[in-house]
Amino acid sequence: MSLLEPDSEAALGAAVTDAAAAKAPLEIIGGGTRTGLGRPVQAERTLSVAKLSGIKLYEPGALTFVAAAGTPMAEVEATLAAEGQRLPFEPMDHRALLGSTGEPTLGGAVSVAAAGPRRLSAGGCRDSMIGVRFVNGEGTAVANGGRVMKNVTGYDLVKLMAGQYGTLGVLTEIGFKVLPKPETAACLMIDGLDDARAVACMAEAVGSPYEVSGAAHDPAGPSGSPRTMLRLEGLARSVAYRTGELTRLLARYGEVAVETDPAVVDAMWLAVRDAAPMAGREGAVWQLSVKPSDAPGIVERLRAARDLNAVQYDWAGGRIWLLTPEDGDAGAAAIRAETQAHGGHATLMRASPATRAAVDVFEPRPAVLARIDEGLRARFDPAGILNPGRMG
Amino acid sequence: MEMPEPSQQALGARERLVADLTAALGPDGVISSVEELVAYECDALTAYRCPPLAVALPSTTEEVAEAVRICARHGVPIVPRGAGTSLAGGALPTADSVILGVARMNTVLEVDLDNRFIRVETGITNLKVTGEVEGDGFFYAPDPSSQLACAIAGNIAMNSGGAHCLKYGVTTNNLLGVKLVTPEGEVVEIGGPHMEAGGYDLLGLICGSEGQLGLVTEATLRILPKPEGARPILVGFETSEVAGACVADIIKSGIIPVAIEFMDKPCIDATEKHAKAGYPMDAGALLIIEVEGSEEEIEEQLVSIRAIAEKHGPVAMREATNEAEAKAIWLGRKSAFGAMGQLGDYICLDGTVPVGMLPEVLRRTAELADGYGLRVANVFHAGDGNLHPLILFNANAPGQLEKAEALGADLLKLCVDVGGCLTGEHGVGVEKRDLMLHQYRAEDLEQQMRVKDVFDPHWLLNPAKVFPLSVSTERRAALAAE
Repeated sequence: MSLLEPDSEAALGAAVTDAAAAKAPLEIIGGGTRTGLGRPVQAERTLSVAKLSGIKLYEPGALTFVAAAGTPMAEVEATLAAEGQRLPFEPMDHRALLGSTGEPTLGGAVSVAAAGPRRLSAGGCRDSMIGVRFVNGEGTAVANGGRVMKNVTGYDLVKLMAGQYGTLGVLTEIGFKVLPKPETAACLMIDGLDDARAVACMAEAVGSPYEVSGAAHDPAGPSGSPRTMLRLEGLARSVAYRTGELTRLLARYGEVAVETDPAVVDAMWLAVRDAAPMAGREGAVWQLSVKPSDAPGIVERLRAARDLNAVQYDWAGGRIWLLTPEDGDAGAAAIRAETQAHGGHATLMRASPATRAAVDVFEPRPAVLARIDEGLRARFDPAGILNPGRMG
Repeated sequence: MEMPEPSQQALGARERLVADLTAALGPDGVISSVEELVAYECDALTAYRCPPLAVALPSTTEEVAEAVRICARHGVPIVPRGAGTSLAGGALPTADSVILGVARMNTVLEVDLDNRFIRVETGITNLKVTGEVEGDGFFYAPDPSSQLACAIAGNIAMNSGGAHCLKYGVTTNNLLGVKLVTPEGEVVEIGGPHMEAGGYDLLGLICGSEGQLGLVTEATLRILPKPEGARPILVGFETSEVAGACVADIIKSGIIPVAIEFMDKPCIDATEKHAKAGYPMDAGALLIIEVEGSEEEIEEQLVSIRAIAEKHGPVAMREATNEAEAKAIWLGRKSAFGAMGQLGDYICLDGTVPVGMLPEVLRRTAELADGYGLRVANVFHAGDGNLHPLILFNANAPGQLEKAEALGADLLKLCVDVGGCLTGEHGVGVEKRDLMLHQYRAEDLEQQMRVKDVFDPHWLLNPAKVFPLSVSTERRAALAAE
């Protein structure tokens, strides 16, 4: 095992060119907090992007932010916060869930497309991205997109770079459209709803004009009883107004409690973002992306089939987190039977390397898409050295 | 415009091709007479024309796939077409191609308000999508100014934007899934009503690929609840540069208006003559800023915006107090392109620049235009820096079109040089193809072409668009030799 830590894009390119010539697989890491995602990579060399760090361009007046891939997420967030701005997609910090240590990086968050609860209203990681630089599997640096938010010049490789787990290119620089951090936030809470009722309640809230920026449901809740949560953000008067309107609209679902202390609201949604109900507990963790109204039925059928030790609905039901014992296939067959029948996809987010090697971590693709995936890998990384096998 | 040498094989196959297409699609589904083909010889970039071999107008996805397989069998390139409103020549035929249009496929397949999506065949117009859900309080956000006519197929191919994308994003941010016909004639679904399509982001690749990776026959689109209300405010400034500075200040303040539209003096003059919207004639430039929400929220945002504008010494400020006044404010902007047409011929550009560079770019635009002895009017989406300089010229005067095109190229290069790009929402098409090397290095384009190799190994979809002919020469020669 050798660790390569280039401190420039050119040096990184040279390291990749060298590995390609030697046909020596590379495991790509940033802060190393997300290496437990995807399938285990067998590589003799580790290529760290951590030394490609720093903010390249930040224009608050243009909502534009560009930084090197190895920049710590904490630095990114602090820099934006100093100007009253933030990344729109609320990137998840995987450390608590995966039990990892280290500093999450911007490139790591992008490589796994780590979107949080605000994905519901603000879009995913890829929706905020406006430009990338990456090194392909031949060691060639490639630029795509740029630093403006409206750009249709040529093919959009920017989005392709989100959620590719370092298998198509090693990210070196990423540009984002950022957004103002709202003046304040509030959280509406309804307790006691069963899953179906909760998803109906969230659909009604999200379908209203009151700009809900988070909609989650925890069937176990903080005190053991179910809790449904809706987040509102914006200017203070506007949040107060919308809180009132939404409380009235949802009255028929039950009593609506309101949390208006922004610090408490932030903490509540941080817990949703980082899948707190699953963290520190034994078992395999799955994430399902489904049509929201299908979610309660899927969970109900899975509960009948196997133990679900924790469940969390996010994105108004569009994202389901599941904690289930890691025995046999860790539930893969039962879960994938649901995504096959109803559409959507399931990803095994946490399991031992042995389980992740034995089970499809990502949803298997139809033949035509699998062929395209394979073709892209061959054309971005002809020697097959970038995180080989990580995505299957 | 240089176009590749037509394929002799394709030209020679015309009769058999038409017979096969007619057998598959019926006589109504194929156009092959010289007189009728004229209607398809160009899109909205009318300066370039070329009749195709034939036009195929399938009615179902299966028919699209069959037509694609027939063309592949004969080695005939396909030019996909939605409504033919591309300003970039994205649907310009080549002499050896078949136009494959989705105009007859315009059914709404599913409306699901609980899950906030609509599934449509892609021949449907942009405006009809919103029309379908408006009664229930929803809308489809991307709103290109051609929305009455343009098809969702073309919106997806070009990743169309519109006036309201500062807040709601462009097509790619509102597209959840597609049914795609591959160049081999296979049918595959990518994404769907769920968020995040899964796997590599092929949906992101397809959107904006100008019809070069596959044909999209169905789309699942995100719909949004309509805001309670919206109100525009019109502010006139002494000069374009001052107006540009005001835009950056508004965005920096933390307010994201749903739209910030910009018009300069030549444009104000022309629209005022045409539409009589009552715009301030003493202003060197004006902004139309629209905010959304409840009455209180609108008022709160407008108070801040007025305060920011005041710092830039506005020469006029007009806030709509009712629906009619709001319409009047938008009237001039919406009729701007028509009004400019009254002045003569024009080329509409589409570069984007960093918002902070707006004042400088506007100044240099005027200087460059002076150098060519041409007039340029500016009307554009200022919040995201997406410029639409209109170069006015007289098509009947010899040499004027060439001169206007040369100025256009200079202006787009200027956009790139200050950190922006060649096209913000219209697409590259044939129009900006040969400028691509100004924005991207050969390695960057090579990686994009490799994506095309994967999806369309024989390079049969929408030939001669996007990539400069010089960078695709080897590939095309190798394929021709096959």
